[in-house]
Amino acid sequence: MANGVAAEAAAPLPATRRRSTRRRFVRRKSWIAFLMALPLIALIGALVVYPAFYSLYLAMLNKGMEHFVGLGNFSFLFRRDLFWMVVKQSVIFAVSAVIFKALIGFVVAHFVHNIPAKGQRKWRGMLLVPWVIPPAMSTLAWFWLFDPSYSAFNWVLSRIGLHGVPWLGDPLWARFSVILVNVWYGAPFFLIMYLAALKSVPEQLYEAAAIDGANWWQKIWYVTLPMMRNIIAITVLFSLIVTFANFDIVRILTNGGPIDQTHVFATWAFQLGIEGGDLPLGACVSLFMFPILGVAAYFILRDINRRGNEA
Amino acid sequence: MSAVLERPRTASLRRERRWALIWSYVFLVLFAVLFLTPPLYMLVTSLKTSAEISAVTLPWWVFHPTLENYFGLFDSEAYRTFFRNSLVVSLSVVAITMVISILAAFSLSRMRFWGSATLATGVFLTYLIPETLLFIPLFKIFAFVQDWTGIEMMNHWWVLIIVYPTLTVPFCTWIMIGYFASIPKELDEAALIDGASYFQVLTRIFLPVALPGVIAATIFAFTVSWADFLYPMAFTTSVDQMVLPAGIVTTLIKGDVYNWGQIMTAALLGAAPPLLIYAFLMDYYIAGLTAGATKG
Repeated sequence: MANGVAAEAAAPLPATRRRSTRRRFVRRKSWIAFLMALPLIALIGALVVYPAFYSLYLAMLNKGMEHFVGLGNFSFLFRRDLFWMVVKQSVIFAVSAVIFKALIGFVVAHFVHNIPAKGQRKWRGMLLVPWVIPPAMSTLAWFWLFDPSYSAFNWVLSRIGLHGVPWLGDPLWARFSVILVNVWYGAPFFLIMYLAALKSVPEQLYEAAAIDGANWWQKIWYVTLPMMRNIIAITVLFSLIVTFANFDIVRILTNGGPIDQTHVFATWAFQLGIEGGDLPLGACVSLFMFPILGVAAYFILRDINRRGNEA
Repeated sequence: MSAVLERPRTASLRRERRWALIWSYVFLVLFAVLFLTPPLYMLVTSLKTSAEISAVTLPWWVFHPTLENYFGLFDSEAYRTFFRNSLVVSLSVVAITMVISILAAFSLSRMRFWGSATLATGVFLTYLIPETLLFIPLFKIFAFVQDWTGIEMMNHWWVLIIVYPTLTVPFCTWIMIGYFASIPKELDEAALIDGASYFQVLTRIFLPVALPGVIAATIFAFTVSWADFLYPMAFTTSVDQMVLPAGIVTTLIKGDVYNWGQIMTAALLGAAPPLLIYAFLMDYYIAGLTAGATKG
C-alpha cells in the first residue's frame, strides 16, 4: 500500500537513483508512521491486551494466588447453583433489554421522522437526555423512584387504586426494574441511530411502494427494514456487548439482591473479586463474557471486511 | 369511509397523514414524559427540604422550594473534592486521548506501515472489550507494579488518568480515522510537494479540516471519563481520592440513612457538565455518536 502511494509520487525521476531514494523515503515514512502510532500501541498493549490475557492466567490460580490450580476455579463455579443463576440472569437481562431498546428506538425514531423537519431537532434533543446523563447518576434517581416507603411511582399507583409494587424488594420485580432502567438508558441511543438511518432511505423507494399499493406495514417490512439491516445489526451487536457487561445499574439499584437474584457477571465478579478478595474467582466469572464478545467480534469483522471489498 | 361521503383520493390521503401526525405527537409526548421523568424528579427532589420529602404529600411537586441542599453540598468538603478530582481527571484524560488518537489516526489513515491495516481493525476490536473484563486483572497488575517500583497505585485518583484512556482512545481513534480518511489525498500531497513536513500537514490541514471530528471525539472522551463508575469503584476507596459517581454512591448513602434531597442534588450537579455540553454542542455530540456505526 505504502509502495503504491510513493511510486505514484516519485514517478518522473530517473530510473536508477529513483529506486534507492524511494525505498529510503518509504522506509523513513513508515518509521515516522509507526512512531506516531506507538502511544496507541503501547496503551492498548499494556492496559487492554495484556490484562485480557493475564486474566486467563489469573483465573487459574488459587485464592491466595500462590499456586496454579488449572481449571479448578471453573469446576468450582460449575458446581454452584448461584453461578448458573447468574448466567441465566445475565442472558435474560441483556437479551430482553436489547430487544426492548431496539423496539422502542425503532418506533420512536419513526414518530420523530414523521413530524415536520423543523420540530425534529427539539424532540430529538429532549429524547436523548437519558443517554447523556451519567448512568450512575440517573440510576440514583431511579433508586429513589423505587424507594420502598416513598416511591413516587407507588404514590401514583395508589392514587389510581392499585397496590404499591415492591420494585426492588421482590426478586421478579427487581429483575424487571433493572431491565427497565437499562432500557430507559439505552433506548435513546437506538433512537438516534435509527433516525439517522431512516433519513438515509431514499424517499423514492416509499413513493414507488405506495404506487404499487403497499400499506404502511408493507413499507416497513419491504423497504425500511431491508435498507436499515446493517445499522440494526451493528447497533444490536454493540448494545448486546455493552448490556452484557453492564455494571452501574445493577450495582446501584440492587447490588445483586434480593438474595443474589439480580446479579449479572460484572456485579458478581466485582463482589467476589474486589469485595470478597478472591481475585482469581472474580477473573474467572468475568471471563464468561468472552464467548459473547467472540461471536460479536466475528460478525463485526465480517461486516468490516465485506464493506472493505465493496469500496 | 362510507359510500355517502365520496371524497377525492387526495383528501383522504391528507386526512390519513394528519392522523399519522397527531398520533406521532401523542406518542412523542408520552415517550418524552417517560424519558424525562427521572431527571425531572431529581430536580424536584433537590429543591425539597427533608421534612417535605418525608411528608405524605404529592411527591411530584415542590410546595416550599429551597436551595438548602445546594448550599449544603457547596459547603461539603467531600463533594468539592469529588468535583475537583472528576474535573482534573476528565480534562487530563481528554488531553491524553486527543494526542494519542489524533497521532495514531493520522498515521493509520494516511501514512501506513507494516501491519497498520491490522492495527486499525484491532483498535476497533479493543473498543469492544468491556472494562468489566479488565478491572480484576488490572487490580492485580497494579499490585505488581507497586511491588516492583514502590509507586503506590491503589487508591489514588491519578490512577484513573492512566486507565481511562483505554475506554476513550479506541473509539476516538476510530472516529478520527473516519474523518481523516474523508479528506482528499490531493490536499496533503500538494502540501508535501510544497515542502511541508508531516507534522505541518497534520496541524495545518488535517486538524482544521477535521475540526468537527475533533470536537466530537473530545466530547466523547469527556463524557465517558466523567461518567465512568466501575474503575473508581475498584481502584479508589478513601473519600479524598474519589471522583463524582463513585463518591456520591459510596459516601452519601450511609447505611440505611438516606438524605435524598442531598443525594439528588449531588447527582444532578454531577450530571450537569455533560448535560451542558450536550445542550450547547448537540450536533457534534450526535455526530460522534453516529460516526461509530455509520463510518465503521
